[in-house]
Amino acid sequence: MATTYQPTTTEAAAEEPVNYLNVEHGWKSWLFTTDHKRIALLYLFSITLMFITGGAFAILVRLHLTQPQGLFSPETYNRLFTMHGVVMIFFFLVPSIPATLGNFLLPIMIGAKDLAFPRINLLSWYLYMGGALFAIFAVARGGVDTGWTFYAPYSTTYSNSYVLTAAMGAFFAGFSSITTGLNFIVTVHKMRAPGMNWMRMPLMVWANYATGLIQILGTPVVAIALVLVGIERVMHVGIFDPNVGGDPILFQHIFWFYSHPAVYIMILPGMGVISEVIACFSRKRPFGYEFIAASSMGIAILGFLVWGHHMFVTGQSVYTGIVFSFLTFFVAVPSAVKVFNWTATMYKGSVTFESPMLYAFAFIGLFTIGGLTGLYLSTMATDVALHGTYFVVAHFHFVMVGGMVVAFLAGLHFWWPKICGRMYSEPWAKFAALLIFAGFNLTFLPQFVLGYLGMPRRYAAYPPEFQVLNVLSTAGASILGIAFFIPMIYLTYAWFYGPKVGPNPWQAKGLEWTIQSPPTTFNFDQTPTVTEEAYNYGPREENYVA
Amino acid sequence: MSSNASANSHVHIPKVGTLIAVFVTLIVLTFVTAEVATFDLGELNVIVALGIACTKATLVAWIFMGVRYTSQLTKLFCVAGLVFLSILLLITFSDYSTRHWTYHARPWATNPSLGTSK
Amino acid sequence: MDADTLGMWTFLITEVLFFGGMFAAYAVYREMFPLAFAATSEFMNVKIGAANTAVLICSSLTMAMAVRSAQISKTSHLIRYLFGTLFFGTIFLVVKAFEYHAKYVEHLIPGPNFHPDNLAPQFMHNAQILFFLYFCMTGMHAVHMIVGVGLLTFLIIMAYRNAYNEHYFAPVEMIGLYWHFVDIVWIFLFPLLYLIGHWHW
Repeated sequence: MATTYQPTTTEAAAEEPVNYLNVEHGWKSWLFTTDHKRIALLYLFSITLMFITGGAFAILVRLHLTQPQGLFSPETYNRLFTMHGVVMIFFFLVPSIPATLGNFLLPIMIGAKDLAFPRINLLSWYLYMGGALFAIFAVARGGVDTGWTFYAPYSTTYSNSYVLTAAMGAFFAGFSSITTGLNFIVTVHKMRAPGMNWMRMPLMVWANYATGLIQILGTPVVAIALVLVGIERVMHVGIFDPNVGGDPILFQHIFWFYSHPAVYIMILPGMGVISEVIACFSRKRPFGYEFIAASSMGIAILGFLVWGHHMFVTGQSVYTGIVFSFLTFFVAVPSAVKVFNWTATMYKGSVTFESPMLYAFAFIGLFTIGGLTGLYLSTMATDVALHGTYFVVAHFHFVMVGGMVVAFLAGLHFWWPKICGRMYSEPWAKFAALLIFAGFNLTFLPQFVLGYLGMPRRYAAYPPEFQVLNVLSTAGASILGIAFFIPMIYLTYAWFYGPKVGPNPWQAKGLEWTIQSPPTTFNFDQTPTVTEEAYNYGPREENYVA
Repeated sequence: MSSNASANSHVHIPKVGTLIAVFVTLIVLTFVTAEVATFDLGELNVIVALGIACTKATLVAWIFMGVRYTSQLTKLFCVAGLVFLSILLLITFSDYSTRHWTYHARPWATNPSLGTSK
Repeated sequence: MDADTLGMWTFLITEVLFFGGMFAAYAVYREMFPLAFAATSEFMNVKIGAANTAVLICSSLTMAMAVRSAQISKTSHLIRYLFGTLFFGTIFLVVKAFEYHAKYVEHLIPGPNFHPDNLAPQFMHNAQILFFLYFCMTGMHAVHMIVGVGLLTFLIIMAYRNAYNEHYFAPVEMIGLYWHFVDIVWIFLFPLLYLIGHWHW
């Protein structure tokens, strides 16, 4: 972003108002910034790199699976899918929306100048980068082959790969996540503008707040799980070693206590984005605003009670399994509430189909499929057949990619004009959205069938009769991989050369649309006083000047 | 950094006497818990020890940390942390305590002459 | 209550869950191997553990007095009580170091050299798990104490510069909360690790 030509003050004032991007230049102003907006962009840059890394592993996995006996050795394959999972989950999905869009928007949406602890915000990015360096180092040295779930005793005793390095990477990324969540929680409690009471907050804020709760309650537990694995690996004490009375399932309990709520860390912010986008492009207040807000909190809390549904067949008590299965059915309810409410929002709304809205439509459909297929897995009887198969893989990719990544793209497009002050190319955006949708479905729908037919996951080879479906899936993955690059290109292009827009190109409601695009460093010239309810939408104005 | 100036009106300054009373109670309870452990009360030993520990922890939190005089929000945060910790402990524990309902009981838990080493 | 203290309370909740994971492991293994765990009690020095517990309680008192002194702008008392807390905290850590050394000498460190004397052979493996948890939990606690000692040093330096008074004492209060929390963790560690079996004076 540094330029060599620095316009004089008067020239700059004549050409472009001061905003958070041009107020300072040079690498120090970025690496030592405490401005939440700049930190959001630092994160955006880093997680995009990690997304590309994780995506590269995905392509290699899918290439390998075009052949029943595979292209690479089984050991290599184990490392490929493990690194895909580790990088995507810990370094892309968990931070994604909160650290980028959340960081950027949360203070603005509640009328604040910045987050409660700006320096801790910067620290969180450095923690993330530290973790990412460990992960990249592990990759460079040959990767880890335990699966992203690091199950003992393989990870503790038998694996010859860089488990400790990868675990440390995840550990630091976890602390980055904790500090982000802590910041969000304190900010929402303490820094709302006058008149911004809880029931006037945008649903994006509710979503990120609920996510912050999960981050602070769950992440420390996986931190301990990783520490125990690390110590066990180094000292061979026996805490998870059955030979000396240890129990590998204890690791799974401690691990999944975080990792299940982690999936809600991943999806809740996406749901927040979708609420905002649907409201704007239906020109309507979200149906049942209170219920959507409450369901975010409900998902956050209930999400902590269901971790054992990952362990139905690994040896935990059947009775505990019954309890977990029962509770898992409950956690589907708040998600369903949201889907119904989004649909009801569109009913009798004035719907238009700009690119963010296309992504929102995709989200509703794909997330619903992903969520419903989760019910087959939460039913213990069917889970016995489906656990460890491609059915599970398809399920979580539908919710995480079809849900979360799609929501992330929706949010990036929706708020891109606010972030950089310029508009991207709408035709390219629509094309990319449709291509992503097509590529995604071609990749993962066959995997439901494969799982149902019994193809196990994490296996380097499979029976030849599954090859056709696998090749279809790889074809879809190739399309998807290319399709993901398209937004990266036109959004970057728009950043530098796109047509400039004013504060509110979408005629949206919300405090972020009342300030200039891009915003100034402290967001508001004067702290706003909020007098109207959120989402005070009316019909679009005819000759609106954005 | 923020200041406490606006909070001055409702900052509660603890009385020295209260702090010392709590201190003495904590020391006495430490002695008691060590003393009770010299007797064999079976199952009761753990319950008494944990009960005393909970009492001590509550005193530290309530008085030393000042939870008594904090806002509802802080109290809610404290309770929330404990609730989620107990979810972790209780449900994990329930796995282990109900596992042997479906297979034979573990004789080594109560028979001193058996162990798990080969 | 301002943002700083809410932030510290939120952080303490993360610490509750962090230590909680180890408590969960402890609870599970104690339930599985009650006899092996009880047999390890003869290797724990209850008197030293109890004395150390008392030391930490003293440090909590001095810390509470320090916060109080800041609230009433008595800087000299504040510095005195902070030094007192630092003193007790250091004593705790020194005693812990001696305890660890004793365990090392008695071959009680889990790993290839684990060899407790007079322990029934069938408990050997499971006792190793208890000792692992002992070192892990008290070790993690000690790390938090060391951080606390660092924070106290920072407070003392700032207090010397008259940084704290009745209008601004948030850092003292926050670090006080952290210190008390570390004390609470030890309040639970003591009975769970030292008082598993029965001991005699």
